[in-house]
Amino acid sequence: MTLHIQLRHAFPDFRLEVDMVLPGGLTCLFGRSGSGKTSIVNAVAGLLRPDAARIVLDGSVLNDLPPHRRDLGYVFQDARLFPHLTVAENLCYGPRVRRRKVEGMAQVVELLGIGGLLSRRPGTLSGGERQRVAIGRALLARPRLLLMDEPLAALDEARKAEILPYIEALRDETGLPILYVSHSLPEVARLATTIAVIEAGRVAALGPAAAILSDPVAAPLLGLREAGAVLTARIASHEDDGLTRLTTAAGPLWLPRIAGVPGGRVRVRIAAQDVILSRDRPLGLSALNILPATVAALHDGQGPGVLVRLELGTEFLLARLTRRSAQALRLAPGVGVFAVLKSVAVAQADVGATAPSD
Amino acid sequence: MPDWLTPEEWQALSLSLKVSFWATVVSLPPGVAVAQALARGRFPGHGLLNGLVHLPLILPPVVTGYLLLLTFGRQGWLGSALWDWFGFTFAFRWTGAALAAAVMAFPLLVRAIRLALEAVDPKLEQAAATLGASRVVVFLTVTLPLILPGVIAGAVLAFAKAMGEFGATITFVANIPGETQTLPTAIYAFLQLPGGDAAALRLVAISVALAMGALVVSELLSRRVAARIAGK
Repeated sequence: MTLHIQLRHAFPDFRLEVDMVLPGGLTCLFGRSGSGKTSIVNAVAGLLRPDAARIVLDGSVLNDLPPHRRDLGYVFQDARLFPHLTVAENLCYGPRVRRRKVEGMAQVVELLGIGGLLSRRPGTLSGGERQRVAIGRALLARPRLLLMDEPLAALDEARKAEILPYIEALRDETGLPILYVSHSLPEVARLATTIAVIEAGRVAALGPAAAILSDPVAAPLLGLREAGAVLTARIASHEDDGLTRLTTAAGPLWLPRIAGVPGGRVRVRIAAQDVILSRDRPLGLSALNILPATVAALHDGQGPGVLVRLELGTEFLLARLTRRSAQALRLAPGVGVFAVLKSVAVAQADVGATAPSD
Repeated sequence: MPDWLTPEEWQALSLSLKVSFWATVVSLPPGVAVAQALARGRFPGHGLLNGLVHLPLILPPVVTGYLLLLTFGRQGWLGSALWDWFGFTFAFRWTGAALAAAVMAFPLLVRAIRLALEAVDPKLEQAAATLGASRVVVFLTVTLPLILPGVIAGAVLAFAKAMGEFGATITFVANIPGETQTLPTAIYAFLQLPGGDAAALRLVAISVALAMGALVVSELLSRRVAARIAGK
C-alpha cells in the first residue's frame, strides 16, 4: 500500500502544509495537540475540505469523493457509537447501509473480545468496551485503510493497556494499513511501524519507527524526556527469580517477567534517559544488562544534554547523557562502549507484541 | 355516535378530529425540513425563515386568518389561481380549516423537532458517513431514529393546537356546521344560543380532556428523546 497525502489549508491560527508518501503497516502521526494531525486524518476521511488537496491511495484519487464513497474506516477518540442501536447493529451498520452481506463478523468479534456485548446498548458499555466496538464497526465496513484518531486518549491507563494488544493484533494479523494519530510517545513506540512527526502543520520527520525513535536529531521533536529506541527481541525463557531472558541482536537482556511464551517476539522500548554508558565493561554493578555497543552518532541538545545513538548488531539504542560525561568518555562516532540498563527500568507498558516478520 | 352527544355536537367533534389529523400529517414533512434547515443550515435568510415560521405564534390569530383569506380566498392571488387551474378552493371548506390549523400549529411542530435535532451530535452523522452512508441514508438511519420521539411529541402538540384553533379558522372559513364548524367554533356558537350552555359545557369537557391527554403524551415522548440519545 502507498498513501500519498498532499494538503494545503489555512486555519485561522496556522497553516497546514503536508506532502508525504506513507507505506503500509501502522503509521503514527505524532505531534503536540494543535499541530494538525487530526486535520490531516479528517482530510483523508473527507470530513475536512482543505483549500487544496490531493490524496491518492494505491493509485485511486480520494480527494474528490464524498466521505461515504472513500471506503475508509475511522475510529474516533470518542467512540461515536449510535446510541439507538445495539452493539451488534452498530457493528453491522457499514455493510447494512451499503446493502452488503456482513462478512467476517465472527473473526472481528473474536479479535476484539466483544462477543459478550452484542445485545447491549452503547450507553451501558465502559469506555474501553465502546472503543473496541468502534474498532469492530470500522473493520466490518471492510475499509481499505483504517484511520484512528487518538483512540486511547480518553481512556485511563488500565483501559489503554486493555486495548493496546488488540491494536497490535490488528496491525500484525489483518494486514490492514492504519493511519494512527497520537501524542503519546509510549503508545507510538509500541504500535508504529512508520512515524511521521507533525509540527505546526508540517512534516518534521518521517521514516521507519526504529530509525526515527533512535535518531538523535528527531528525538527532541518527540520529547526529550520520553525519547527512547525500540528493540525487537525474542523471549528466550522465564527464569525462576521472576525475570525473563530475551535475546536481541544486541545480546541477551533480562527484564522483569513479561507476558508471552518462550519463542514469542516482542518489542521493547528503552528510554534514552535510562541508559548508562561506560568505556570499560563495568564490574560489580547491580544492573543486569550490559550490552557492547558502538557510538553511531551524537547530537548536542540546547541544554547540557547530548543524545547518543548506539549501534548494537543490527539494532539501535538511544542514550541521553550530559555533555560533560560525553566529553569525559571522549565519545565520538566509532568508539566502542558498554550500554548499561537496569532491568527494572523497563515497565510492562513498554513491552508490546510485534509481527513475526518484523 | 355516542348517545350523550347530539348530532350537531358529534359533527363538530369528528370534524375537529379530521381537520387536526390532516393539518398535522400534512405539515410533518415540511416541518422536519424546516426544522433541519433552522437547526443545521447556514444560509442567507436563516433569520427571516425563523421569523416567518414563528409569526403565527405572535400575530393575533384573526390577522393570520385574514392574511390566509387574502391569499387563499376565492379572490386571493393564490386562491383564485388554484380555483382557475384546479377547481380547488380552501375557502369555506374543511380543507381551509385544516390549512388554518396547520399554519397556526406549525411553529410548535418545528420547535419540538428543532430541539430534538439540536440534541443529536453531528459527530454521529460524520461517523455514519465514514461507514458508507450517503446524506439521505445518514438522515434515515441515524438522525431520524434519534429525533423520532421529538417528532412525535411535536406532532402531538401540533394536533392539540389544531384542535383548539379558533381565531384564524373563523376568520378564514367562517363557522359552517358540518363543513367548518370545529369544537371551539361550535362552543362559541352554542354560547350564543339561549339554553346552549349544557352542550357548550360537554364540548368544553371534551376539549380539556383532549388537551390534557396531548400534553401528557408529549411530555412522556420528550423524556424518551433524552433516554434514547443517552443510549441506555
